[in-house]
Amino acid sequence: MTVTAGWYMALAASLFTIGAAGLLLRRNALVMFMSIELMLNSVNLTFVAAGRELGVLEGQLSVLFVMVVAAAEVTVGLAIIVAVFRNRATASVDELTGLRG
Amino acid sequence: MGYLWLVIALPLAGAVTLLLFGKRIGEPGAGTLASSLVGAAFLIALVGSYDFITGSGHAEVVSGFAWIPGLGIELALLWDPLSSMMTLVVTGVGALIHVYAIGYMHGDPRYGRFFTYLNLFIASMLILVLGESFGVLFIGWELVGLSSYLLISFWFEKPSAAAAGKKAFVVNRIGDFGFLIALMVIFAEVGSLSYGTVFEEAAEVMTTGTATLVTLLLLVGAAGKSAQLPLYVWLPDAMEGPTPVSALIHAATMVTAGVYMVARTGALFELAPFSAGTVATVGAVTALYAATIAIGQRDIKRVLAYSTISQLGYMFMGVGAAAYVAGMFHLVTHAFFKALLFLGAGSVIHAMSGEQDMWKMGGLRRLMPTTFATMVIAWLAISGIPPLSGFFSKDEILAVTFDKGGWFVVLWVVGIATAALTAFYMTRLMLLTFWGEPRWDEGVAPHESPRVMTAPLIALGALAAVGGFLNTPFRLGRLGAGLEHFLEPAFEAVEQAHLPAAGTQWLLALVSVAAAVAGIWYGWRRYVERELPAEEGGVWDSLLAGYRVDDLYGRALVLPGKKLSEAAAFTADMKVVDGAVNGVGALVTRLAAWLRPIQNGLARSYGVGILAGAVALVVWLLASGGGS
Repeated sequence: MTVTAGWYMALAASLFTIGAAGLLLRRNALVMFMSIELMLNSVNLTFVAAGRELGVLEGQLSVLFVMVVAAAEVTVGLAIIVAVFRNRATASVDELTGLRG
Repeated sequence: MGYLWLVIALPLAGAVTLLLFGKRIGEPGAGTLASSLVGAAFLIALVGSYDFITGSGHAEVVSGFAWIPGLGIELALLWDPLSSMMTLVVTGVGALIHVYAIGYMHGDPRYGRFFTYLNLFIASMLILVLGESFGVLFIGWELVGLSSYLLISFWFEKPSAAAAGKKAFVVNRIGDFGFLIALMVIFAEVGSLSYGTVFEEAAEVMTTGTATLVTLLLLVGAAGKSAQLPLYVWLPDAMEGPTPVSALIHAATMVTAGVYMVARTGALFELAPFSAGTVATVGAVTALYAATIAIGQRDIKRVLAYSTISQLGYMFMGVGAAAYVAGMFHLVTHAFFKALLFLGAGSVIHAMSGEQDMWKMGGLRRLMPTTFATMVIAWLAISGIPPLSGFFSKDEILAVTFDKGGWFVVLWVVGIATAALTAFYMTRLMLLTFWGEPRWDEGVAPHESPRVMTAPLIALGALAAVGGFLNTPFRLGRLGAGLEHFLEPAFEAVEQAHLPAAGTQWLLALVSVAAAVAGIWYGWRRYVERELPAEEGGVWDSLLAGYRVDDLYGRALVLPGKKLSEAAAFTADMKVVDGAVNGVGALVTRLAAWLRPIQNGLARSYGVGILAGAVALVVWLLASGGGS
C-alpha cells in the first residue's frame, strides 16, 4: 500500500479540526495558543504534500514563510499572555473582556 | 523739511517708551517725558513753519516709501500751510494739555498708561493732518478713533465709561464706512489716492454726479468724526473720559478732523456745489440743534460737549460755504477757548472732588481766582464779544455765509440765533458755577488747583484773548488777514468765498454782537438772583435727555440690531449650524449602538466568527466550480 497525497490531506484535516475545536472549546490562553500552532502545522502539512504531489517548490517555500511568521507570532503572543497573567492572575480568555463594545 | 518725520516720530517714541516702561518711570516722570516730547514736536513744527509765516514758503511733499507699489500708493507727507497750521494747533494745544494732565491725573493708578495713550493720540493726529494722500489720512483717521476709544474708556472699571468708549467707536465706524467707500470711488475714478493727482485730475475725470457722490460720502465720514447730525450722539457720552482727554480730543483737535478733511478736499467740493451746500446746511442745523440741548444740561462737561458740537457746526458752515480760511480760523480759536473751557471745568471738578452737577456748585469765583479769570475770558470769547478770539472767527464765517446770498442767508439767520443761544448757555454755566451761594454737598472743600494745572489755563487764556488778531476781517492795516495770507498757498487752486464790503461787515458784526449781548443779558437776569429758577419737567426734561435721541436710536437701530444678532446666535448658529453637526454625530452613535453587540469581548466568539467565515468561503469556492 502506497501512501498517497490523500492520506496526508486526511491527516492534515483531522489535525486542523482538532486544533479548531481546541481553540473554540478551551479557555486557557496557553492551550488556545497550542491549538493555533496545531492548525498552522496542519496547513504546513497540506502545503508540502501538495508540493510533492505536483512537483513544485512553492509548497516548501510557503511552509518556510508560515514557520517564520508562526515563530514571530508565538514570541509576541507568549509575551502578552505572561504580561496579562502578571496583571490579572488569570490566563482564562473568558475573563478578558475589556474590549467589549 | 526732511526732518518732518521727526514731528510724528517724537510722540510715537514717547508712546512706545511709556508703553514698555511707563510703570517704572512712574509719576511725574511719565507726564514730563510725554509733555516735553510733544513740546519738542511743536518747536520743530514752528521752525518748519517759519517760511510760511514770512510768506516765502511753498508746499513740499516729503516722500516716504512705497506702501502698496502695485497700486502706486506711497506713504508720503505733505508740508503746506494747512498741514503746518493743524500741526501747530495739535502739538501746541496738545503740549499745554499734557502739562495740565500731569496735575490732573495725579495719583491715578494707571498714570503711565494715560500718557502712553495721549502720546499715541498726538502721533495719530499728526499722521492724519500731515499725510499726503487719502491712504495716509485714513491711517491717521482710524488711529485717532482707536486712541479716542482707549481714552474715553480709560476708567474702564466704570461700566458707563466702558459703554461710552464702545459707543464712540461704533458710531465712528458708521462714518468711517462712508469715508472708505468715498476713497474706493476716488481710486476707481482717478487711479490714485495722492492729493496732488486727485485734485488735479478730478475736474477732468469726474462728472458732477460722481463728485457729488464722493463728497457726500466724505461728509458722512466727516460727520462721524466731527460729531455732526445725525452721528453726533457719541460725543456727549465721550465726556466719561478724563477731562484732559475731553479738552484735547473731544474739543480741540480730533473732532476738527472732519473740518480739516473738508477743507483739504475743497477741490472736490468745488465740483459738487450741492454737497458743499449740504455741508453748510448740516453744520448750521447741528449748530442750532446742539445749542438748544446745551441749554438744558446740568452736567458742566455735557454743556461743553454740546457746545463743541454746536461750534463744529459753525466750522462746517464755514467750509461748506467755501470759506476755508474762516472755517480753519474758527477751528484755531475754538481750539484755544474750548480747550480752556474744558480745562477750567476740569479744574472746577477737581476742586469739587469729582462733582459735575452745576446745581451743586456756585460761589466758586473767590475760591478759585485763576480758574475763574481764565474761564471768564473763554466765556466771552465763545459768546462772541469783541475783541476776544471767538468774535472774529465766528463773525467771519457768518459774514461770508451772508454774502453768498440765497439759501445761505437762511443759514446766516440760523447762525445768529445759535450765537444768541451760545451766549445764553455759557452765561448759565458761568453763573451757576461761579456766582451765587454755594450749593455744595457736605464735605466738599473747593480750592484752587496746583500751578501745573493753572499755568496751561493762563497760557490758553492769553491765546483765547488775542487769538482773534490772527485774522481780523476788518483789515485793520497791517494787523489784519494774517492767517489768510498764511493759508493762501494751500487754497490757491480752489475758488474761495469772499468777505462782503466793509460797511456790510460792520453791520453784520453789530447784529451778531447784539445777539451775543442779548443772550448774556437774558442769562444774567435769569440766573444771578438768589433763587434759581427750577428747571424741571416738560421741555427741560426733554432738553436734559437731549431730545431723547439716544432712546430713539436705541429703539430704531440698536434694538433691531440686537434682535438680529440674537437670532443669528441663538437660532441660526445654535439651532441650525450646531444642529447639523450634532445631528451627524447622533446618527453615527445610533448606527453604532445597533452594531455594538457584535463586539462582546469574548475571544472565542471571534474565533467562531473567523472559522465560520473561512468555512463559508471554502463552500462558496467549491460551489462556484472549485476543485479546478
